[in-house]
Amino acid sequence: MRTRGLIVLSTLAFLMAGCSSIEPWVKPYDRENLADPIMAFTRAPISQDFLDHVFESREGSRGASGGGGGGCGCN
Amino acid sequence: MKALHTSLVRYVITCLAVIGAAGLAVDATAGVLPEDRADVLYFRYDGGGVTINGPSMLVRKSIGEHVSVAANYYIDMVSSASIDVETSASPYDDERTQSSLSVDFLHGKSTYSVGYVNSDESDYKAKTMFANVSHDMFGDLTTIGFGYKVGNNDVFRNVKIDGVKVNDPTFAETMESKSFNVSISQIITKNLILSGQYEVITDEGFLRSPYRSVRFFTDPLNQGLEAEKYPNTRSSNAGSIRAKYFLPYRAALDGMYRFYTDTWGVIGHTGELGYVHPLKANWIFEGRVRYYTQTKADFYADIFPRANFANFEARDKELGTYTAVTAGLGATYEFKIDRFPWLAKGSLNLRYDYMTVAYDDFRDATFSVGKFGVPPDDPLAPGTEPLYKLNANILQFYISAFF
Repeated sequence: MRTRGLIVLSTLAFLMAGCSSIEPWVKPYDRENLADPIMAFTRAPISQDFLDHVFESREGSRGASGGGGGGCGCN
Repeated sequence: MKALHTSLVRYVITCLAVIGAAGLAVDATAGVLPEDRADVLYFRYDGGGVTINGPSMLVRKSIGEHVSVAANYYIDMVSSASIDVETSASPYDDERTQSSLSVDFLHGKSTYSVGYVNSDESDYKAKTMFANVSHDMFGDLTTIGFGYKVGNNDVFRNVKIDGVKVNDPTFAETMESKSFNVSISQIITKNLILSGQYEVITDEGFLRSPYRSVRFFTDPLNQGLEAEKYPNTRSSNAGSIRAKYFLPYRAALDGMYRFYTDTWGVIGHTGELGYVHPLKANWIFEGRVRYYTQTKADFYADIFPRANFANFEARDKELGTYTAVTAGLGATYEFKIDRFPWLAKGSLNLRYDYMTVAYDDFRDATFSVGKFGVPPDDPLAPGTEPLYKLNANILQFYISAFF
């Protein structure tokens, strides 16, 4: 178990340390469209946090929505 | 449960250590901190007898090249006469304030974040701490992230003594929530980006509302009320995937799907589609549709066959079976002011969402119980009332400034 964990961790560390040697298939100069502000998953965090709270307070599901916070607000 | 928490904590620490080591080892150009900005938001939610409005303010500022600090202050002013309140209590007003502070630290291609959120209302106090780490890899095509969050909550119950609202001196409970999440974001083509997230949340302690009741048949034509009974633990798993695509004429299309399941038997599906369309130099318009559906919790019922029917009993409509659709439109006007050269860009933003929720197994008990203790003129038999529906208007107006 311990050996398997070490192998996994070593592989992960190797992959991460070697990132710079992997050739990106979308070059930095090809990322103009991706860098456009309209491509942000969350354009306004203040607005998205409010909506996440509205949905989380009124739905049984929670998590994996990118939001966070505390409190009830559930009445 | 404790073993799960322990293994999660160990896993997070290990992952943080590995990513930290990799981040320190990588010799490459640095990542990017979030941009400096300030936002002021006014919002209003109006639906199902509940009105919530208030301001929210967010400021994010870099300190040097490696640190970014964000602070948020948020107020919910609640005026409630919801269906639950109508059938078992009196209308009330309350206020919730939430303040948060977070710090992002950039080192090479890794970003480490820690934060604290404090939420305070008259009968519920929550303190949440979180830590996240993200790392750019594979020529910045891939970003992976890990996060851990722990929340400690104090639950009280308001009562009126001599006409004054105070905490019930005989009631004080606690609830602890822990969350672990992993995420990955991947550039697929020069026009397409994908991201996925998985989150486990475990709750332990007092998980029900101290106010809500379940109803039960005393005979086929009459009903009684008793307090809800919930398990003391809840564990949930949620996984989501998002995609965003840049269209050939400078517009963006995005989609999201989330699957949710928990130990209470709730299974939820969330889907969302969005479209962002800039117009001329200053305008950005956005349209969005969100679909949500869920199955009920194992111990949920609109009305139970008799008193003390089961060990666990709930009548929270958010644990019932229902479908919700939310559709929204937004408009942004961007501007610059020559007199303020320090202001890189400002924007005025207006957004409106309409939410409609159709419940499959939650009936409008005001047709049998009445409202605020006043019975209806022509009461229906329990269990024959029409199914409940909720419609809500959600309005947001906010100003953003980028520095």
